[in-house]
Amino acid sequence: MRAGGGFGLGLAFFLIVVTLVPFGVGPQSELLARIASGILWLGALLACLLSLDRILALDWEDGSLDLLATAPLPMEAIVSIKALAHWLTTGLPLVLFAPVFGLLLSLPEPGYMPLVLSLLLGTPALSVIGTFGAALTVGLKRGGLLLSLLVLPLYVPTLIFGAEMARRGVEGLDITTPLLMLAGITCGTIALLPFASAAVLKVNLR
Amino acid sequence: MVLKVSDLTIARGGIKVLEGVSFELESGGAIVLRGPNGIGKTTLLRTIAGLQPPLAGRVDADPDSLVYAGHSDGLKATLTVEENLMFWAQVFGKKEISQAIDSFELGRLVNRPAGLLSAGQKRRLGLARLLVTGRPVWILDEPTVSLDTDAVAMFASAVRAHLARGGSALIATHIDLGLPEAKVLEVGPFRARAAEIDDFDEAFL
Repeated sequence: MRAGGGFGLGLAFFLIVVTLVPFGVGPQSELLARIASGILWLGALLACLLSLDRILALDWEDGSLDLLATAPLPMEAIVSIKALAHWLTTGLPLVLFAPVFGLLLSLPEPGYMPLVLSLLLGTPALSVIGTFGAALTVGLKRGGLLLSLLVLPLYVPTLIFGAEMARRGVEGLDITTPLLMLAGITCGTIALLPFASAAVLKVNLR
Repeated sequence: MVLKVSDLTIARGGIKVLEGVSFELESGGAIVLRGPNGIGKTTLLRTIAGLQPPLAGRVDADPDSLVYAGHSDGLKATLTVEENLMFWAQVFGKKEISQAIDSFELGRLVNRPAGLLSAGQKRRLGLARLLVTGRPVWILDEPTVSLDTDAVAMFASAVRAHLARGGSALIATHIDLGLPEAKVLEVGPFRARAAEIDDFDEAFL
């Protein structure tokens, strides 16, 4: 965190996206209320994306990734910790501040709980998938853009169910189905992707 | 014998660089690898450290006995000298860092962020990392880059102390370290022959 640009950056980006939306679509609060949940989810997704290439790039540059690979820690543990660190510095602040940003977009009152819950369940998957993307592109010059292209399609399921859950919450519908799907996606990625990330990272270190 | 390399063939970027490399490293022994730039010393060391697989041959060593130090020191610029060493000590499950600080005379610098160190001081910190890992077999790639003569002597005495404790070291270097007890292995004779092209079309691919 002392390396700078980790903690506040994603949050500030999220804030800017959310405040720009009313300028783009106009200030009618009924319209904003209808699209608020989707905008918040998209904003969270982009804010997550912003800091992904920093997960492994710095360690690659200063050589500590090589040294970590020869250390007694398993690579799977290293990438899991990296994903956790990314979530703590990017995902968790987004979850905590989402109600405030919801207020900016005049999110209807019943929507707050489902929105926060959906982000809480969904953002860990964003970090884990992002770490996989970072492992794929580590060592590439200007790999950041390629990383976005690789990772964004993988974010689609999380976005669909996360935004769906938030939308149903706003409309006062039952949120159980998207909640279960979202939780399932997150659990699945946390369980499987660290192994894939570790494997591609080992190949990239050759 | 702590490290045995038998008939090792290695490649860099898909091109065979060395083949038939064989040597043994004893406990308490040191081997200095020599050879011109680009011959494959770094690739050889990375293969032995387990960062890349060999094309053929075997590396017999307990993977938990090796510690590798490459061209970059793996330092975090915003952490202090002490925090950097502490981090690596904890990664290797150790706690003791004072001996490493003394060996490389980093005592005055412990609270300085690693980003503010000079190139030679960074290198000394990178080498001090070897001591905190507590691992017996050091695999070092150009350890003396950007060190002055005093620091090279410091490094040589650290290696000598390490050997006296029963450790061993495999060092790729171009300069004279002042370690007469170290065996010298010229890598040049192991240079891979150009691959013979048996398929005519392949020459154009």
